[in-house]
Amino acid sequence: MAKDTLTPIASILSKSSADIIENWVSLQLANKNRSQAVSDSSLTTSSNEFFKLFQAAAKDGNIENLNTPEWSAVKLMLSDLSVSRARLGSSPSETASFVLSFKQPLFEQLNKDFGNDPSLAKMSWALSVLIDDLALVTTEAFQKTREDIIRRQQKDILEMSTPVIKMWEGIVAVPLIGTLDSARTQIVMENLLQKIVDIGAKIAILDITGVPTVDTQTAQHLIKTVSATRLMGAECIISGIRPQIAQTIVHLGIEIHDIVTRATMEDALREAMARVGWYSYKEADAKDEVR
Amino acid sequence: MLVKSQEDRPICKEDDISIVRSSVKRVVALLNFSLVNQTKIITAASELARNTLEHGKGGHALIQIIDDGTGRIGLRMIFEDTGPGIPDTDRALEDGFTTGNGMGLGLGGARRLMDEFQLESHAGSGTKVSITKWQERL
Repeated sequence: MAKDTLTPIASILSKSSADIIENWVSLQLANKNRSQAVSDSSLTTSSNEFFKLFQAAAKDGNIENLNTPEWSAVKLMLSDLSVSRARLGSSPSETASFVLSFKQPLFEQLNKDFGNDPSLAKMSWALSVLIDDLALVTTEAFQKTREDIIRRQQKDILEMSTPVIKMWEGIVAVPLIGTLDSARTQIVMENLLQKIVDIGAKIAILDITGVPTVDTQTAQHLIKTVSATRLMGAECIISGIRPQIAQTIVHLGIEIHDIVTRATMEDALREAMARVGWYSYKEADAKDEVR
Repeated sequence: MLVKSQEDRPICKEDDISIVRSSVKRVVALLNFSLVNQTKIITAASELARNTLEHGKGGHALIQIIDDGTGRIGLRMIFEDTGPGIPDTDRALEDGFTTGNGMGLGLGGARRLMDEFQLESHAGSGTKVSITKWQERL
């Protein structure tokens, strides 16, 4: 589309700026479905700011390509707005409709000034596409904020969910919960080996009660962890093997070689204590022995 | 053989394997498989989904509830990719044979975990693995 068809838009923006902005703000304030998260004063402020930047960006008549430097300020402002409004509890569609609502006052003004001009349709179309794209910018920014949060939380969960606990003198345990993928195994291994050094542990118990599926990859990760523990001079016991997991492992054909396994954490702890020279008795049993 | 319902899941990245696994988990619980069979089916799905991703360079999984015509209900899963294919399928089914870093037990293991197993592959034209588990007769 020729640029000169679109230049009148820039002149309308500067000539009738006061009318457009006043009209826009009052339309937004009158909207009954407006969320209460954004106050009237901040709505007026951001409307004015957006209009000013929009006007500056459209000054040279480029309203077709948002990827040019003159639009970067507008996009930046909208991204920031989307993020700050999301924090206040606005939904992404509310923020997008802030931008979309700009169409009405703008088109009314165009209609007033170019009502009989054959280029009106072209101008309206170009503006409509532009404003739709700007509305998408707010949605994308919202999405990106969410993704950042999710990524951070995933990392937190990953680190939180792999504690290494000292169970007894020389005995540490790792309760594994969830899927054991490569990233997870790496963290488990690092934490476990460090703890073994720190407390001079001789036995490490890996509890897989909370691991829903043990496929060949999970098994391979477990075997690697056991080997690394052995290299540190400690022994590993894998506990929490449920009957269905045991059957599945056998059908898969996984050889667990000489890895010590136990059905429950209790059995594993008893075994581990015996290996470091501790025995546990019930009080009644112990008295019997003394007699 | 009647397909009563079907889900199609893409397998293009690591996360998709967990999505396939949780879809299968939901279906096996719905079909009231025993706990052992549920675990076997989910594990087999996990193995084949990983094969689709790692060896097939991505593809998709079809999770179907089927009826054999006599009212017996089963779960069929079809894993399809358009990757390099398997030149020697007998060899690929041997335990311990692997072209990657795995244990080489995925294909053979999946066959042992399920009731039916079909593998179709030609070098250069992708791989299709179909596995079925029938509901236990009471």
